[in-house]
Parts: sequence; structure tokens; C-alpha cells
Amino acid sequence: MRRPTLLVAGLAAFVALATWPVWHALAGPRPTAPELARPVGATECVAPTDYMRASHMKLLVEWRDRVVRDGVRAYTDRHGRVVTMSLSKTCIGACHTDKTKFCDRCHDYTGVKPTCWDCHVVPPVPAPPALAARGEVR
Amino acid sequence: MSTSRRVFLRLAATAATAAAAGSALGCAASGGARRRLAMAIDVRKCLDVHGCRACVDACHEAHNVPAIPDRAHEVKWVWKEPFERALAVREPATLPAALRGSEVLVLCNHCDNPPCTRVCPTGATWKRDDGVVAMDEHRCIGCRYCVAACPYGSRSFNFVDPRPFVAHPTSDYPTRTKGVVEKCTFCEERLAVGRLPACVDACPAGAMVFGDLDERGSEIRKLLNERYSVRRRPELGTRPQVFYVI
Repeated sequence: MRRPTLLVAGLAAFVALATWPVWHALAGPRPTAPELARPVGATECVAPTDYMRASHMKLLVEWRDRVVRDGVRAYTDRHGRVVTMSLSKTCIGACHTDKTKFCDRCHDYTGVKPTCWDCHVVPPVPAPPALAARGEVR
Repeated sequence: MSTSRRVFLRLAATAATAAAAGSALGCAASGGARRRLAMAIDVRKCLDVHGCRACVDACHEAHNVPAIPDRAHEVKWVWKEPFERALAVREPATLPAALRGSEVLVLCNHCDNPPCTRVCPTGATWKRDDGVVAMDEHRCIGCRYCVAACPYGSRSFNFVDPRPFVAHPTSDYPTRTKGVVEKCTFCEERLAVGRLPACVDACPAGAMVFGDLDERGSEIRKLLNERYSVRRRPELGTRPQVFYVI
């Protein structure tokens, strides 16, 4: 080993370069969780928020199977509220009005690309006055 | 352990009675009589409104059916075919003049013995208890076995993304995606809320009658009892549930 200094410097440079994305992310601003537009007045979706946050996709798949395979369209939640199992009539449309301010914000943040809307048609967003009347925020 | 013939016969008779009672109870629990949904098309009434496309337009608008100009890629749920071809008339010369060369409406026949459902490897298409041959595009893998199996050409495959070809997509019904098969579903989404199929509702001549064949006194039952009707390719044994009253 004739030039240990050069070797150490080279190794240090390599480690610095290889771990660059980590340093860069730590040095930069902390990412903030996306803010979701929630319907005002509604305290909870058809299931507890924690469940919906983690497992809404499972619920939607269950809804899909029940509607398409079994022909059942009504869903009764734990509070006895009955809703129509429909992505583009209930989830977006009746409850949330703007997909881009609800679904997309989290999916973009987490880099998830669900294929639901490849076929299902996003309902038109109501005009601003109608939105205000319904109490939709943000 | 030895069982005498008398004991064995007694046990067998008890089991058979229990099974019969259970089956009868199950039938009562599921609402008793089975439904057998079908459609009758009064060809002469349809011809009275020559050139009318109200049913086709209503269906295709309600279900976001794309209008693809390339005939190799076209998608259709309900359309018109020459009478002779649709009903495989062997001797066109014997047809009444009014029917010769005319066009009749064709759609999925919702066969009682559907060949398409038997060949589907994923269960994406199946016959419901009420007779509707349903389609679950979520499960369709695009193998097109059903397209090949259907003797009526009632199924369309999406060779291209259909969305750009839907002029005014309605959010009440999904579009399909490239790589899946689609067809008429007897408007199961409308039947679920007590409405008639879109084409039946839209027909200005009242030429289409939809209902339950098993319901005594239903409009379709009465029409088929009173008038002569034919079905498409009955020799194939598919037992179509779309009747042409001529």
C-alpha cells in the first residue's frame, strides 16, 4: 500500500456519492403529509378513519365483488347508515366532490397508481357556489 | 355392526324426506319461483319507424360504448343486421315482401345455454339466476374465447383504448379498457333499480317488450303466446332469450 491517503480519500468519495440520496433527503425540507379535502359535517366514512386509511382498497374490492358478482348494491355501515356501493356515485360524487383533492393527493404522495379510473368515469366537479353550499373545504 | 334391511330402508326414507324438505325450504327462502328474463322484438313495429336508431343510441350513450370508426376495432352492444342474415333465413324468396332486405335489431341473446360462459377461463362471464348473461370486466383477461364461442357475434373486444372514442362519457357507468371484452348486459344496472333496459325505454314504436317469461300474465309472456316468434339459430341449442315476433 504505497498511497494510503489516496485510497482513503477515494473510499470516502465513493461512500459519500453512494449515500448521496440519503444525505440529500435529510438535508432538504421534510415532506409534509398531503392535506385532503374532506366533506364538512361528516365525522367518519363508512368505516373508522384508521381502517379506511389503511384498507380502503380492500373495502372497494369487496364492494366491487358484491355489486358485480352478487348484485347487492346497498351497504350498511356500523352506524346503520345505508349507502350505495359505488365508486363514482357515492365515494366521489355524493361524499367527496373532487377526486384530485382527495384520491390523487395521497396516491401521488405515495407513488401509487390505481387502475380504478381507467374505466370508471370521474363525475364532474360541481361549480364553486354549489361546492361552498355543500361545505366542501379547501 | 350389522344393519337389517328394514332399518336401512327406514333410514334411507328418513334421509330422503329430510333432503326434500330442506330443498323446498331453500326454494321458499330464495323467493320461490325463478325469474327468466327475456326480450321480444316486434319486427314489424320496428320496421314502421324506418331508419330509427333510438335504441342503439340510448344503449350506447348509457353504457359509454365507443364509436370507433375503424370497423376492425368497432365495439357494439345493440345494432342492426339484415333480416336474412340475422335469422339465417334459408329461403329468402318465401319471406313476406315487408321483411325481405329489411334490418332487424340484434344484441346479446342472453342464451339459456350460453356457450360463451362455458369457455371463459376466469369466470368473467356467467349466467345469473335470472337468466342475464353477465360480464365482469374486472376479471376479463382478454383471451377472446367467448368472442369465438358466441355464434351471434354479440361480443366486442377492445383492441384499442375506447375512452377517446366516447364522445360524452357518463359517470353513471364505467367505460371499458383496452384488452377486455364487452357486450349487452340487459341493462342489469337499470334492472337493479326497477327500470327497464335503456333500449326498451327509448323505442318510440314500443317494439321491444322486456320481462319475466316465467311470470304468468307478464306482457312478454302474453305477446309470445299470441304471436308467432322465432329465435336466432335455434338449431345450435343455445336457447336464445331474445325473441323476434314476426
